[in-house]
Amino acid sequence: MRHFLRSMALVAGLTSGASTFAAEVSVAVASNFTAPMQKIAQVFEQDTGHKAVLAFGSTGNFYAQIKNGAPFQILLAADDETPARIEREGLGVAKSRFTYATGKLVLWSKQAGLVDDKAEVLRSGKFERIAIANPKLAPYGLAAMQTLTRLDLLQSLAPKFVQGENISQAYQFIATENAALGFVALSQVFVDGRIKEGSAWMVPANLHTPIRQDAVLLVTGKDNAAAAALLVYLRSDTAKNIIRSFGYDL
Amino acid sequence: MNLLLDADARSAITLTLQLAGLTTLLLLLVATPIAWWLARTASFWRGPVGAVITLPLVLPPTVLGFYLLVAMGPHGPMGQLTQALGWGTLSFTFYGLLIGSVIYSLPFAVQPIQHAFEAMGERPMEVAATLGASPLDAFFTVALPLARPGFITAAIMSFAHTVGEFGVVLMIGGNIPGKTRVVSTQIYGHVEATEYTQAHWLAGGMLVFSFIVLLGLNLLNRKATRVLQ
Repeated sequence: MRHFLRSMALVAGLTSGASTFAAEVSVAVASNFTAPMQKIAQVFEQDTGHKAVLAFGSTGNFYAQIKNGAPFQILLAADDETPARIEREGLGVAKSRFTYATGKLVLWSKQAGLVDDKAEVLRSGKFERIAIANPKLAPYGLAAMQTLTRLDLLQSLAPKFVQGENISQAYQFIATENAALGFVALSQVFVDGRIKEGSAWMVPANLHTPIRQDAVLLVTGKDNAAAAALLVYLRSDTAKNIIRSFGYDL
Repeated sequence: MNLLLDADARSAITLTLQLAGLTTLLLLLVATPIAWWLARTASFWRGPVGAVITLPLVLPPTVLGFYLLVAMGPHGPMGQLTQALGWGTLSFTFYGLLIGSVIYSLPFAVQPIQHAFEAMGERPMEVAATLGASPLDAFFTVALPLARPGFITAAIMSFAHTVGEFGVVLMIGGNIPGKTRVVSTQIYGHVEATEYTQAHWLAGGMLVFSFIVLLGLNLLNRKATRVLQ
């Protein structure tokens, strides 16, 4: 019996000791940031011993879940408004917000040669449908609308719009060629430093307001060592290089 | 209700009712012969066909929607067919949604009708035949009235299922106002945009309306059954 108690104490000591060194953090991640975040979480664990448990989804859903007590400690949003709102409503730690990535918008088609590098194709109107993400829900959709407004093409192209609920869906519409072209995130079509297939026009950043993706520490993670470490790590050169390699700006 | 709901909401409601109504009508037409065959055949194919009809229940709706999107696209089998017929592609159109809804709700229509036909047994049709009725005549004057509760259940399930359909519409709809933006996607859009007030009104209105319709159909069903007895 004494032997048993001693081994129990040993186990308890080991586990409590381990938890002060390697903690765990639950992160709500905007789905457009899935691939880079998986890679970052992997190197983060190797470098710090902390574990980041990732949940992917839409920022709007995460907002509703966080407001209703979801057990996340960090939100990596697809916009800068939601983190600001979360902080305003007392769900986020004050002054913990920062921009972890800036999205790049691209006009993309699966057909080679359809999209030219001056976006003349938009003026020609030689296509049946153009896919965008819902501008009310997705920052990339809003940026697409702003771009078309600046180019004075919004009115003429509006009848050809098909809207995805988010950029993944806009991407699917184009990838399955149900829409000939559309506005997506560069990160969706960017592999090894170039556009993976079809044709594309990189939308100049001055045609829309920047697509800032902000992170915020939630009050539930205030005393979490892994959460603090991850927020620092996201701003490290290692993380920044990964983020850039997936087609984001910083 | 008109005062409380804006033009977008009203157009989404109208579209939803059109879609659910037409889907129900089409489903009753399509499901009846299938259910009849499934209820009465001794063929080896009964099992496999019944299983295929139930398959839409297995796939998550957005996944089913994704495959419909691929199938309806310019390189998909349905897309190739509709293009050859000169109709263009069906994705992002009302007819695309209609076909998607029919496939999605098919098991909900076939099964109650099939069970009603099975419960009826062989006897009524045999009696009708001895009295000199042709099979077609017997089907319309004997089998259909006897299976009436099954048809009403099928209609209720198809209608309700189509009103509440979300994933398939989301995938093949494209959220076009007046064409493919139905109530369920509209409510989801409001929730995602954290416009909870609009979402509550629309969801509440839809629940009340559906309750009234379903209650009405149930009462009608009981009355009809009593008359038959």
